[in-house]
Amino acid sequence: MLKFIKPYMEDIEGIATYPMISLVIFFVFFVALFWWVATATKDHVKEMSHLPFEDNQQNYKEQ
Amino acid sequence: MGEIQKFQYDNKIVRNFLYASVIFGLVGMLVGLLLAFMFMFPKLTDGISWLSFGRLRPLHTNAVIFAFVGNAIFAGIYYSTQRLLKARMFSDLLSKINFWGWQLIIVAAAITLPLGITTSKEYAELEWPIDIAIALVWVVFGVNLIGTIIKRRQRHLYVAIWFYLATFITVAVLHIFNSLELPISAFKSYSVYAGVQDALVQWWYGHNAVAFFLTTPFLGLMYYFVPKAAERPIYSYRLSIVHFWSLIFIYIWAGPHHLLYSALPDWAQNLGVAFSIMLIAPSWGGMINGLLTLRGVWDKVRQSPILKFMVVAITGYGMATFEGPMLSLKNVNAIAHFSDWIIGHVHVGALAWNGMMTFAIVYWLVPKLFKTKLYSEALANFHFWIGTLGIVLYALPMYVAGFTQALMWKEFNPDGTLVYGNFLETVQQIMPMYWMRAIGGTLFLIGLIVLIYNIAKTILAGESVTDEAAEAPALEKVASKRTMGETFHQWLERKPVQLALLATVTILIGGAAQIIPTLVVESNIPTISSVKPYTPLELEGRDLYIREGCVGCHSQMIRPFRSEVERYGPYSKAGEFVYDHPFLWGSKRTGPDLLRVGGKYSDNWHFNHMYDPQSTSSGSIMPAYQWLITSKHDRSAIQDKMRAMVTLGVPYTDEDIANAFESMDAQAAKIEDNLHADPDFVRSYEDDKEYAKQAGVEFVPMKDREITAMIAYLQRLGTDIKVK
Repeated sequence: MLKFIKPYMEDIEGIATYPMISLVIFFVFFVALFWWVATATKDHVKEMSHLPFEDNQQNYKEQ
Repeated sequence: MGEIQKFQYDNKIVRNFLYASVIFGLVGMLVGLLLAFMFMFPKLTDGISWLSFGRLRPLHTNAVIFAFVGNAIFAGIYYSTQRLLKARMFSDLLSKINFWGWQLIIVAAAITLPLGITTSKEYAELEWPIDIAIALVWVVFGVNLIGTIIKRRQRHLYVAIWFYLATFITVAVLHIFNSLELPISAFKSYSVYAGVQDALVQWWYGHNAVAFFLTTPFLGLMYYFVPKAAERPIYSYRLSIVHFWSLIFIYIWAGPHHLLYSALPDWAQNLGVAFSIMLIAPSWGGMINGLLTLRGVWDKVRQSPILKFMVVAITGYGMATFEGPMLSLKNVNAIAHFSDWIIGHVHVGALAWNGMMTFAIVYWLVPKLFKTKLYSEALANFHFWIGTLGIVLYALPMYVAGFTQALMWKEFNPDGTLVYGNFLETVQQIMPMYWMRAIGGTLFLIGLIVLIYNIAKTILAGESVTDEAAEAPALEKVASKRTMGETFHQWLERKPVQLALLATVTILIGGAAQIIPTLVVESNIPTISSVKPYTPLELEGRDLYIREGCVGCHSQMIRPFRSEVERYGPYSKAGEFVYDHPFLWGSKRTGPDLLRVGGKYSDNWHFNHMYDPQSTSSGSIMPAYQWLITSKHDRSAIQDKMRAMVTLGVPYTDEDIANAFESMDAQAAKIEDNLHADPDFVRSYEDDKEYAKQAGVEFVPMKDREITAMIAYLQRLGTDIKVK
């Protein structure tokens, strides 16, 4: 199976830059993540964290 | 606000999965306990091939992971998803197919594994037709989950739902790539990967099966059920966002820590170590988030057995995820790997994190599903204490056993010889630990039986609510683009498809970065010219080795340590395994490594050892394999097997394949000849012949029995590059 994809990978020029790309992906991933979290509003966070309590159970009260 | 819609939650499917989890939990743990006692009483199931240790071990792991924990996951997901999305599951039919399909797969596993039908790859032992069934049922589950998300009445997706989505996607990817195999018949296939590559793919799967089957779905359940049981929201929703994305991103890279000091290329090992260390951060973030949810309500924890179970579960998660990164440090791993420490480690995860969390969910859900109160809080408290004690009594002896044995393996005399040259001395030393472990396991199982009694009484006293009425406003359409003031993540939380795509990309990065280079860069696996493919008889013997699950107790991987080279011979090279479909490196040494056992003992020794291990190795805890000696060996598929190997890149010639039967006969006849060197063998063999003649039954010559193929394989092991 591998023989079909192998030659193509070997032909990639400058495969050595891949570790650099990995680092960039890693860095960007976490910067973006913390940016998302930091920009979330208080109200939204409160609303989201209360979602488990809105399940509209009609036929009996929570114990 | 849209019109108020009335609908019903499907509780029946939740109840069914819950029952299945508890029942299969009992079965899986009973099998585990039987295995634990086989360490002290290796002849416990003497002569019964389908109850032998090697075949039952994968049954235990599969039953606990996929039947006990798997069904608990489905129960929890089906319950919480409906409520979090304010919608009934997408399709009752798909729910039913998911349930019955999964149970059928479990039954198929319970039948095939004891029969020795196995691929030997850990937690992926099931053969290809069952693999396909797993993929189909998993897709049914995914369609049902995503369908429910699409018809939801709650705009934003709570963090638990993201964990469920990531679970669905990643398990599908892992399962498909690790199960790529070439079928020979309905019950036999060969992995398309060989040796080092097979090992890397397997442990990318194995590690992430722990991550995405035993961890992420349970974290989703934690984010739903802990707030519900504590009646207060999660400590930090922001932390849960960071937890989710960083966990799924980092987890997928850590697989190679299962292969440290092995023949895997160093760069891949080091990458695995680095990411394993990083994994502490998201794991502990999640643990802290779970535990701090209980801040200010510790008085409730004192009273509620459910919260107590949750506290131990989350603490167990914290301990196991601290221990994991520590174990992936190379110097710690050098001691722990192949030892009982790992068995202790996985059981902290399985018994505490998965087990205790499942029990908490069961105790919380059953009264809800049956509109009643739990039959006995006192019994639930008793379960909690006996279960916790069971975990401690299980784990601690395993740590002591692991350290003791590993240090004994490595101890040298001043003259440079091993202090404990006989492997059995190191086994005998830890027998008391095996006893304690069996007692700990018994306590844990007693707890489960108490749970079954308690919930049975609860169910009998209650009334079943199979369809629970609910109502919620219909979801109004909003722009698919970001609305005014909406941040990116707020937008993402209402866009399931985009969220799923991003999660997929996140998990693919790590896998791709490790696996593609190992598969395609030739210099990672230097070839060794003296390494030749197995002869047809050896190949058949290797399949017997796979069938009997020898890999469960014996490694074939000599690490480059002085102590291992001294004990077992030259350390393993990547190029030695290029024809091994699948690889058989193993992950535990209950017995010694076998990579270079070839030529170490006579054929007679192997013969006697298989018939009665204690006769050749006093004090051995290996079970006997008499059926290898008495059974006729069906070698009719050898040419198909060789042709399959050729397809996978093993250089058998057409001539090799055409002459396979003659070659097997000749090699087997030579082994039968060798066996005649032992007068005891000659005597009992002649008696055997005489008996067959008098009884009028067919006599199978020794060369046609399974044992000759097994001996051929064992005598070949490691001889290709053995330094004489």
